[in-house]
This record gives sequence, structure tokens and C-alpha cells, in this order.
Amino acid sequence: MPAPTPSQTVGPFFAIGLCTRPQHELVPEGSEGALAISGRVTDGDGEPVPDAVVEAWDRAGRHFGRCGTDADGAFRLVSAPPPGAGGEAPHLAVLVFARGLLKPLLTRMYLPNEEEANAADPVLAGLDPGERATLIARPDGDGLVFDIRLRGEGQTTFFAL
Amino acid sequence: MSGGRLVRVEDSDRGGTEPLYLHPDYRSSARRAPDRPLVLLPEALADLTGPAFGDGDVAAGDSDLTTQHDGEPLGERIVVSGRVLGSDGRPVPETLVEVWQANAAGRYRHGNDQHPAPLDPNFTGAGRCLTDAEGRYRFVSVKPGAYPWRNHPNAWRPAHIHFSVFGRAFTDRLVTQMYFPGDPLFDFDPIFQSVRDPAARQRMVSTFDWETTTPEWALGYRFDVVLGRTPMED
Repeated sequence: MPAPTPSQTVGPFFAIGLCTRPQHELVPEGSEGALAISGRVTDGDGEPVPDAVVEAWDRAGRHFGRCGTDADGAFRLVSAPPPGAGGEAPHLAVLVFARGLLKPLLTRMYLPNEEEANAADPVLAGLDPGERATLIARPDGDGLVFDIRLRGEGQTTFFAL
Repeated sequence: MSGGRLVRVEDSDRGGTEPLYLHPDYRSSARRAPDRPLVLLPEALADLTGPAFGDGDVAAGDSDLTTQHDGEPLGERIVVSGRVLGSDGRPVPETLVEVWQANAAGRYRHGNDQHPAPLDPNFTGAGRCLTDAEGRYRFVSVKPGAYPWRNHPNAWRPAHIHFSVFGRAFTDRLVTQMYFPGDPLFDFDPIFQSVRDPAARQRMVSTFDWETTTPEWALGYRFDVVLGRTPMED
């Protein structure tokens, strides 16, 4: 069996290759039920991470989107409400790549209005309350906010890859 | 439905075959590497199918970085080709491979690149293609230059091409860098050295290839990408 190729950082200039066209829409903006998700990526000092790319996938692999962060560390994605499956609450898998990250970070974004499903979700149930809170987006007008803290106080919960 | 508290694990470099998040020699990892243990997902929940790509995701000419402008870029013309394989050794067909790189002078076409080397009006430095039925890909480009960065005094990155590959499943997703054989900067580069195992590091280094070296035209380099992960140590 061939051995895997190691991961390396995406570096500061990935926009040349990964952001040549808008791909932040997992589903078209304005399509029925489309959710606007915005957030900021911050580092261990709480400073914005302006050179990260945030990728979101739904459970079925049908939808994929990604967005590079701006000078404020901000990103924006448009998704259909993700499906739940196999006892899991609806969520998106989220991968973060950045300068300074030698391999991607994996997290999940759950929905704030799915309290019942979230309470029964085997992943959320296996976390401490503080960890769980970092994975649930908060409502903001018609959309959702999902901030990602890479390190330090309030660090987002990340999963082993 | 609760199966109890999930297992926490420390970051693992899998026997030195991949980097750790925190690699102090790579200075910017210090503020960006997570400092809490990682949560182990139950295995059944860890696998996600990767997105499907199609011809709509690439355009003709996307894989030739030397023909995207009116003139030809300066530099040593190269053909970079190889296969994308799963860790089972099977080729991964029709998956998206994206590349980006500095120009021959070591400068990226990016507003934040402050290296005082010339931009090349005939070079953007980005390409993409889908692998064929046998998992093969091929790019035409120019050899990127080495360039300085501010990680430590007199820091230089070895020449490299960034690769982004999707694969069959979420766990296949890989972003890496392809290096060139025999680069004298390898020993001094904390990013390359973030992979402790020399054999694993070598898997990021392309090989010079006569078969794809084209007479009177371009040098060939071969780089196979193997997706998936080395099993965790117990």
C-alpha cells in the first residue's frame, strides 16, 4: 500500500489558486431555504486571521462551498439547511486551512433552532457545555453567525482528522 | 442516543509522517495551532463523501499555466504529472486537483507578496484539472523560484508548487506542497521539516522524469499524490 502524502500549510497566497471564482454558495443565494452563514476566524490572541479558507460540506457530500477570509478574518457561505442523518442533528462539516496551520482543522456547525435534535446528537452530547456552545451557530437576522477561534480562550472544538 | 463523553486525543504526527499543528520553528503556528485536545469522532460519523466534480469545474487550458496570457512566461518550462491514489493504492478518477505557485523569480501574483522580485505579466500561477479514469493529472508550467519570508533571519522557502486535492471522502482532503529534487534549502525550511520522518518528507518531493521530459521543450517532473492517513499509533 502506498503511504500517504503529508499535509503542508495552504500558505498566505492560496487565493491565487483556490479563490479564482466565487464558491461560497453551497446552494444558490436566494434559493428556497438558503441560509447565509457569516463568521470570523480569529487566532490565540483574538486577532483576525486574514489568510484562512473555510470549507463547508454537507453530510451527503452533495454540497460543497468555500470562502477565503478578508482583512477582518470574515467569511461568508450560503447553504441549504443541512440534513441530519443516523441520529445526528443537522450540521455542516467545516474545514479550516490557513497560513500557520500545517494541516486543516475540522469542526462542525450546528443550527440554533434545532434544540431537540441537538440535544439528542451523539457528538454534541459527548461534549462539555462550553465545547458544545462553540459548535452551534447563533441567529443573526435572517442568517447565522459561526465564529471560529483557532486557539486560546473560547477555542472552537476541533475534531481529530 | 447519547453514547457518553467523547474521547479526547492529543495532536498526533502519526509517527512523524505528518506535521503537528504546533511546530514552534514555524512561527505563525504558535498563535494558530489549537491548544485544547482534539475530539475523536465515533468512526461511523467521521466519514463523509467528498463532493463530485465534473467538466463544469474546469475549462480547457486550465492545466497549462504557460498559455493564460498573450505571451509566454519567463522561466524553465516544466511538465508536472502524476497520479492521485487512495491509500488502498487505487487511482482516484475525476477528482479536482488545483495548483498555485510563485513565478520563476519567486514572486506570487498576490497583493500581500512583498518580495522585491519582478511580477511576470504572462504568469498568474494557478491551474486546475480533473484526474482521468486512471487517476492521472498533468500540468504545464514554469519552475517556481525560491523566495524569502520572515519566519526567521535569512529564511527562504525551497521552490514548491501548492497542491489541493479532494479525493473520494472528506478524510481524503489534502493540501500539500510539491518540492523539487535536491533543493539545498530543504534542511533549513521549517515547513518542509515539520514532517519528522525523512521517508515521509520525501513523499512531498517530485522526481525528475525523462519519460515526460519533452525534447527541445520542457523538463518533466513526476509527483504522485496519495490520499488518506497513516493509521494512528496506539
